[in-house]
Amino acid sequence: MTEIQTWTLVFVVITFSAYIYIAYASRVNSTAGFYVASGGIPAPANGAAIAADWMSAASFISMAGIIAFAGNGYGGSVYLMGWTGGYVLLALLLAPYLRKFGKYTIPDFVGDRYSESARLIAVLCAIVVSFVYVAGQMAGVGLVFTRFLGVTTEVGVIIGMAIVFFYAVLGGMKGITWTQVAQYSVLITAYLIPAFAVSAKVTGIAVPHIGFGSILDELNGLQSDLGLGGYTAAFGSTSMLNMVLITAALMFGTAGLPHVIVRFYTAKSVRAARFSALWALFFISLLYTTAPSVAAFSKLQIIKDVDGTALADMPRWFTTWADVGLITTPDGGPVSSLGSGAISYSDILINNDIIVLASPEIGGLPAPIVGLVAAGGLAAALSTASGLLLVISSSVANDVYFKKINPQATEARQLLVGRIAMAGAIVVAGYLGINPPGFVAQVVALAFGLACASFFPVLVLGIFWKNCTAAGATAGMVVGLSTTMAYMLWTIDIYGNSDGIFGIAETGFGTIGMIINFIVTIAVSQVTAKPSPVMQELVEEIRFPGRTSLVSKHAHGEL
Amino acid sequence: MDEQERRDYWRKNLRLMAVLLSIWALVSFGAGIIFVEPLNNFSLGGFPLGFWFAQQGSIITFVILIAVYVWRMDKLDQSYGVDIDDYEEEVHHS
Repeated sequence: MTEIQTWTLVFVVITFSAYIYIAYASRVNSTAGFYVASGGIPAPANGAAIAADWMSAASFISMAGIIAFAGNGYGGSVYLMGWTGGYVLLALLLAPYLRKFGKYTIPDFVGDRYSESARLIAVLCAIVVSFVYVAGQMAGVGLVFTRFLGVTTEVGVIIGMAIVFFYAVLGGMKGITWTQVAQYSVLITAYLIPAFAVSAKVTGIAVPHIGFGSILDELNGLQSDLGLGGYTAAFGSTSMLNMVLITAALMFGTAGLPHVIVRFYTAKSVRAARFSALWALFFISLLYTTAPSVAAFSKLQIIKDVDGTALADMPRWFTTWADVGLITTPDGGPVSSLGSGAISYSDILINNDIIVLASPEIGGLPAPIVGLVAAGGLAAALSTASGLLLVISSSVANDVYFKKINPQATEARQLLVGRIAMAGAIVVAGYLGINPPGFVAQVVALAFGLACASFFPVLVLGIFWKNCTAAGATAGMVVGLSTTMAYMLWTIDIYGNSDGIFGIAETGFGTIGMIINFIVTIAVSQVTAKPSPVMQELVEEIRFPGRTSLVSKHAHGEL
Repeated sequence: MDEQERRDYWRKNLRLMAVLLSIWALVSFGAGIIFVEPLNNFSLGGFPLGFWFAQQGSIITFVILIAVYVWRMDKLDQSYGVDIDDYEEEVHHS
């Protein structure tokens, strides 16, 4: 076992034991505890849990790499702005009102506010979006285990499944939330320490957010020499129209994602829901403002290390990652085919996923830090996976089983169904993690477009417009979702290969779908029967603070 | 709250939202994307200004926007006599 493997094992064992202990200490036996932690989580803890839930393997492992390579610097800004800007929409437009409305899930809101058929569409969307996501998380767990501990992907995924199974099935939302607080602490420490260390080493300025300003000139110069265009130059890889549309799709999609919205139900009160959103974005911003600096430092170091070096003289990080097939020639062949002469940066292709995991090695940091980063990657993947699994489980047990199949079910029975659904979802997620469908990476990006085109308009109009009708909302969701899906299928590489309309990227089309959804919902609402007077009054009530008998009756299911 | 107070409360809430969301759009879609090229002619600590907004400034602004919202809503609630403790005992679904 190498030094890095030993340290990785140490950190993995310590963090996993902590998660198991926390889960055991916060086990639950009621549906309210299982679905929403009895609504009793303090705002800072809830914020940290939302942040861990939100920041997935994609944020932790892949994002810096995407900024550095795929988007050529500036282009990656769509993810930075898109995945944080959505929280402003959540905090101002959705969180306080949905919390006041009570209930457990998005389908609950859609079903109560509109109609039963709207509820079914919402359940379907929530489950599809969540499964697509969770497959990516399990694949991330497999990646970390393979690289750092030398086990196979299968074994890695199964270990991850066992851990999630233990704390999610036992503790439900309460166990998940407190575990996520611990996971946030692990992942943010693991992200910030190497970033600060590398910045201090390269620039002499310890704060990477300031330090990376001083290397941009050099990086721009190196990229221009390689014919790549400047790192900070605007619209090199993505047009202005697509930058706007993709950023908007990610923002509005964030505000419509079921596993994020459900977290505002776990807050103690409307006021706590507002504070939760603030804490969540604060915790998220710590990682999101650091990621672009990690991207810039890594890219600079990689170009310097690799360009003009012969294979035999490559630094050790290069060989280890080339051995697991994540550094290849541009057509995917092994780097050994490049011969013994000096190679150019453009002769190789570096996988986006390795930048963060390799950054301590690239920056020449000691082995314990490498092990910590591995534990951080696992924390990010597991925390998001458990949040998504809870959405799947509560959708099946609450929205389908309790609301549709057996409304007389006792609390104990609902809890049992919830736990069985959770266990089933974990097995499916594990299978998808071991055998990822080829299009998972693309579908994850598309999930935001789908969430934005289906949920966002219906939620916002449901809160802010009393006369929004059930028929309007249902029509809007169906039309928004199907137009967006049709455009994606038409343009995405694996199905068709069209350039689309006006060159709009498939990841950005969700914004157009959302606008269509808004128009259809408003138009149909004009000509269909208005919501009942009680419902109109209820929508009015959730706008104001304080307790009211109407909201309370609704929360207890008496309406 | 009576009918008139409610209407005032809601109007103030909407006005706050409109102001904050305008700033939200200006820093991200405005400074970060649409006006990025002219802004890049200015430099801030080594960063071209438009690039800085796209990768740092917009995110920092988002956090401040939510902080202002939370703070202003607390004040608004207080000025309409809503006690913070009222919130703590709010109903939750059974």
